[in-house]
Amino acid sequence: MPLAASRIRKKVLAVASGGGHWVQLLRLAPALVDFDVTFVGVSQEYRSEVVGHKFYSVTDATRWDKIALLTAAVQLAWITWKEKPNVVVSTGAAPGYLAIRLGRLFGARTIWLDSIANADCLSMAGKLVGRYADLWLTQWPHLERAEGPHYRGAVL
Amino acid sequence: MIFVTVGSSMSFDRLVRAVDEWAGLQGRADVFAQIGQSDYRPKYITFVQFMDPPEFRERVRSASLVVAHAGMGSIITALELGKLIVVMPRREHLGETRSDHQLATVKHFEQLPNIVVAYDESELPSKIDHAETLPLTNQDPPNASPRLISTVRDFIEHSSVSG
Repeated sequence: MPLAASRIRKKVLAVASGGGHWVQLLRLAPALVDFDVTFVGVSQEYRSEVVGHKFYSVTDATRWDKIALLTAAVQLAWITWKEKPNVVVSTGAAPGYLAIRLGRLFGARTIWLDSIANADCLSMAGKLVGRYADLWLTQWPHLERAEGPHYRGAVL
Repeated sequence: MIFVTVGSSMSFDRLVRAVDEWAGLQGRADVFAQIGQSDYRPKYITFVQFMDPPEFRERVRSASLVVAHAGMGSIITALELGKLIVVMPRREHLGETRSDHQLATVKHFEQLPNIVVAYDESELPSKIDHAETLPLTNQDPPNASPRLISTVRDFIEHSSVSG
């Protein structure tokens, strides 16, 4: 790698909805320290947990609320266009799925880490996102499949 | 102080009522609950509906015991701060959640240290009593798996800048 390129910090967009999804995203922090990370949550309340990073809040959408999904998609499209991340990483749920799809559209590489809560089967978003995630991970070894998702450890 | 929390997304009356009635019977004044969208209003314990993430973390930090729905936010925060946690899964057929993933969660987490599982409200009082007799462990907080961290870091590092 040329010397100049090595000095450019990769831009990462890290996206999660609330509660456990957000907590699991923060558990990945040691993997992100060398990069220029922008966080996206579903409430301004999360801003104080990522001081020192750019932070955006988007509508808290679930797959049962089509209007909210559309709103979140527009917000995430704008954020992705503005930030131009090299990599989009998400721990779920619906807003993370949208971020992965949009990231792909804008030329980013994508990482999906399915929530550790999904111990019996992958989440709906986690199943649907598989073909758009360049790194498609489950946190349970018994859910690993040869074609993905892959198991590379867990946040606990 | 026992900290009770059920997250913010849907009601969980079974848990809130069971803890409230337990506190009433035991004459416990040291219970504080975050009840979210639950309809049941506690008679014996103090409560709020919602709190922001920093306050949530502080409430867990200062608690002697956490009693919670089996949400990963509650479980991970409690384990990170070295707390014992009693969890009860929300159930889909009772309209408390949209899938039974919390039941799957507790089955897989039951054997971990510092987690006590009550499968329903009838078990909850005795599980809280039991958890209060357990020693607070001084274990180091669990780390994310080094392999997971290096997998994510290496993937980002080796992504082409041009996309």
